[in-house]
Amino acid sequence: MTRCANATGAVTSKLSLFGLFGLVIRRDLLLAMRRRADVLTTLVFFVMVVSLFPLGVGPEMDMLRKMAPGVVWVAALLASMLSLGRMFSADYLDGTLEQMLLAPQSLSMLVLGKIVAHWMLSGLPLVLIAPVLGLQFDMPAQALWVLILVLLLGTPILSMIGAIGAALTLGLRGGGVLVSLLVLPLCIPVLIFGTGAVEAVNTGMTIVPHVALLGALLLLALVFTPWVTAQALRISME
Amino acid sequence: MLEVSNLACARGDHQLFSGLSFSLEAGELMQVQGENGSGKTSLLRTLCGFMQPIAGEIRWRGQNIHELDESYYAEMVYLGHLNAIKDELNALENLHISAGLSGCAVDEQAALSALRRMGLRRREHLPVKVLSQGQRRRVALSRLLVGNAHLWILDEPLTALDVGAVGLMQELIGEHLSKGGMVIFTTHQPLQVAGVQTRQLVLS
Repeated sequence: MTRCANATGAVTSKLSLFGLFGLVIRRDLLLAMRRRADVLTTLVFFVMVVSLFPLGVGPEMDMLRKMAPGVVWVAALLASMLSLGRMFSADYLDGTLEQMLLAPQSLSMLVLGKIVAHWMLSGLPLVLIAPVLGLQFDMPAQALWVLILVLLLGTPILSMIGAIGAALTLGLRGGGVLVSLLVLPLCIPVLIFGTGAVEAVNTGMTIVPHVALLGALLLLALVFTPWVTAQALRISME
Repeated sequence: MLEVSNLACARGDHQLFSGLSFSLEAGELMQVQGENGSGKTSLLRTLCGFMQPIAGEIRWRGQNIHELDESYYAEMVYLGHLNAIKDELNALENLHISAGLSGCAVDEQAALSALRRMGLRRREHLPVKVLSQGQRRRVALSRLLVGNAHLWILDEPLTALDVGAVGLMQELIGEHLSKGGMVIFTTHQPLQVAGVQTRQLVLS
């Protein structure tokens, strides 16, 4: 390990790429712990939107079962939009983003760290609460498991695509609306395959193609979006 | 070490300066002067690589900084108008994070001694939001103490600092220069480092 002596004479060790990745995640989770309201907003929004449908549509079991995957996915999509604005804006306003750009490691890796933290705070809670909400729609157990699986694959994609939008609209007035306009159309494939898998299991067909396509989308996003987001951040900082 | 040749910068359509050339060697201190809006901050941000110059080149150890990229960033530290500290975190956590972002993992003891040197004794575990502006600036400045950068780029480092802290900054800069470091800074306050000639760069 490289060692570096510094101004105080103390010896510090050099941080590796993964050390930095972990640091960014830990930092974002710690900040979220100190600002719990932000995390809860997304979750409460998701629960409210999904719960309103059975009340509004009426207690017809067949119809509820049919619309459940679509409702849950659309609500998840909208809920993930809510927290996108905060992804980089706080760091932008207090100057931390400048320091991130000056980190002697790959900016893409830092961005990936921020995306992972964002997903853990806004995507993962939705995945965990979704089965409970699914019960309101009388979804069978098998469909609930599939719903968890596709949400687990799909919500990280929403965070990754959202990161690009958030980085591009950084520092713009009315960026929140713009980010939705940019990001929502790109999320349509996730919505189609996500709901498709749950519908497939309801009609007794195989879910494999839907899940495989979602997995492919996830890998594709994992490779490209951190890099694109990093470039967008550099443009926004000029 | 740091060479700037024929640099020109613009903000939108407005050209700030052009044909700027200078070089900075180990142990040298340079103050950038100019009126408000003359492009001091833009020059420093260009040196950091945030802004692309419209003409000219910046070289570090003979190589263009855009080619060096990460290995240049490992040798420099930038302190801007913004403190880059989080209100919700305490001084110690903030220092750990900013040191981490600059590529160094500091242990608890080194971080504490850096904060104490900056006059933040017994403030280490308070959330930064309860500190005064001057104390926040001190938290941000403590980053200089834990890094191992050769080049310090400081944009108005003395804002909100009291007389004692300004003296401390002069001392820190002096130590850094005596170890072969270099400092380029802007300020509207007088800043003299004993035994070192401050080079002036005037933007008009």
